[in-house]
Amino acid sequence: MLTPEEWQAVRLSLSVALRSVAFSLPLAVAVAWLLSRRRFLGRPLLDAVVHLPLVIPPVVVGWGLLILFGVQGPIGRPLHDWFGIRLVFSTAGAALATAVMTFPLIVRAVRLSLEGVDPGLEAAARSLGAGPFDRFFTVTLPLIAPGILSGAIIAFAAGLGEFGAIITFASNIPGETQTLPLAIYAATQTPGGEGTAARLAAISFTMAVAGLLLAELVARHLRRLLGRS
Amino acid sequence: MLEVTLRHAWPATRDGEGFSLDVAFRGPTPGVTVLFGPSGCGKSTILSAIAGLLRPQSGRVALDGQVLTDTAARIFIPAERRRCGVVFQDARLFPHLSVEGNLRYGLRRAPREAEGPSFEEVVALLGLGRLLARRPAGLSGGERQRVALGRALLSRPRLLLMDEPLASLDVPRRAEILPLIERVRDAFRVPILHVTHALEEVDRLADTLVLLEGGRVLAAGPPEALTAEPGLTLLAGRRDAGVVLRCLVAAHDPGRGLTRLDFAGGSLLVTLRPEPVGSTLRLRLRARDVSLATAPPEGLATHNVLPAVVEGVAPAPFSPHEVLLRLRLGPTPVLARLTRDAVGTLGLAPGQPVWALVKSIAFDHGGPA
Repeated sequence: MLTPEEWQAVRLSLSVALRSVAFSLPLAVAVAWLLSRRRFLGRPLLDAVVHLPLVIPPVVVGWGLLILFGVQGPIGRPLHDWFGIRLVFSTAGAALATAVMTFPLIVRAVRLSLEGVDPGLEAAARSLGAGPFDRFFTVTLPLIAPGILSGAIIAFAAGLGEFGAIITFASNIPGETQTLPLAIYAATQTPGGEGTAARLAAISFTMAVAGLLLAELVARHLRRLLGRS
Repeated sequence: MLEVTLRHAWPATRDGEGFSLDVAFRGPTPGVTVLFGPSGCGKSTILSAIAGLLRPQSGRVALDGQVLTDTAARIFIPAERRRCGVVFQDARLFPHLSVEGNLRYGLRRAPREAEGPSFEEVVALLGLGRLLARRPAGLSGGERQRVALGRALLSRPRLLLMDEPLASLDVPRRAEILPLIERVRDAFRVPILHVTHALEEVDRLADTLVLLEGGRVLAAGPPEALTAEPGLTLLAGRRDAGVVLRCLVAAHDPGRGLTRLDFAGGSLLVTLRPEPVGSTLRLRLRARDVSLATAPPEGLATHNVLPAVVEGVAPAPFSPHEVLLRLRLGPTPVLARLTRDAVGTLGLAPGQPVWALVKSIAFDHGGPA
């Protein structure tokens, strides 16, 4: 049904989205916790920076990454010189661009469920002898698990569709950075590519809807497990 | 000995007035210290500060000589290392754990050398056996508080802090939990600080009573002495003002349906009680249940006619037409509530010998101590 090149784009999309979520999830949980549980100088600034990718054009995000992580950039150069890691024009770079774009989605979902956790439960855990990490992992984390999972699934589904940041930062290289949306775009630019574009678009649509449904199902199941509904 | 000195002020905000707390008191260990006062008097805040969940602006908290908080010496042991078990008003059971998981949460984190009741003992004492596999969401209010009490106990606390654990329960549930708290006190000898605005809990639990109002200590001491202060009766309210008597169950007379209770200063015949002979009881003798005669009365249905001396006459704080008389039965102070008219007619004055009349059925409240 699909040509090997089309399969490659599907597989690459899944891989990029998965890596982006794996990369941003722990950081997003930490940032969400900071934003909802701590009052510190610069909190509004952090809040704004985290949410920037939601409002600025993806191409601008990609451009910013290019400046920072380019081989001559302030972060990209040491990465390249010391560790031999090159993010521009690579699959890892596509995953990074996707992670930055979907980061606010996870933070918002986790923060929302954190704000639903009664701080009194954490106080109860303290009085029972649980230190900060102990109570985070044994009380807070299990209680926000539904939020984390649904945030991760939504970020994954949204990541499958990232276009602007990837094409700007990681370019459009088949087999390397050409994810589904980029492949669809390339197909529409190619004479006779209408069939490919239609097939890939249908797959893209299906995966996004499946992701949304899965997120809802998982969240509902977990809520029941936690005895909240 | 539990020693507490706390000072903390909250500034006034747009949403409310400021509040300041300035208290100092001591409590026995083992023993039960009850903080009693109207809502908003700061009693739960004091409990939070002792638990280490609130950092006071200044103050000192020490338990059996170990300093938990001392702002002057910059000591503040974090709550998780204080080993103060807390039973919260809203139970705060972990919703993602079973009842057993909740009970074992503190046990698992208690120091290995800490002494205390075993899991099985606590489950048996609090009747939790049937509930172990259940989730907190499926428990009734009374069951939740029983689990919360068990969970706090199993963390092997050096001090058990109870923040109005009965306040959210209905009357039958309260009647079910209160005896359990007494059993915990008697069986495990863990010192308890109990916060409440219910008089019944004061009468049944308190070894030391701390009366609070508006963030200040009005009075502190043994409840038997404090309840006899006419100036403090307002806290108990018009209906229940009266002294707490510590009594020994001396003898039962099932034939007459009576029990004899001895207290320092005399004995009382009361309706037959369930407690065994030799046990101690704390009973509230309400001022409205005490009548007076200036000569020994005859032909009276009242069993208890006790010689007493009038010690003081004070206007009742709750009514301009009533008077509170402070009597002394041997070493025991007793309050009597009479109309102003009766006091005038009988010409009652301090120093005068009288007869205090108490009906046997006046003690249908209270419980074992």
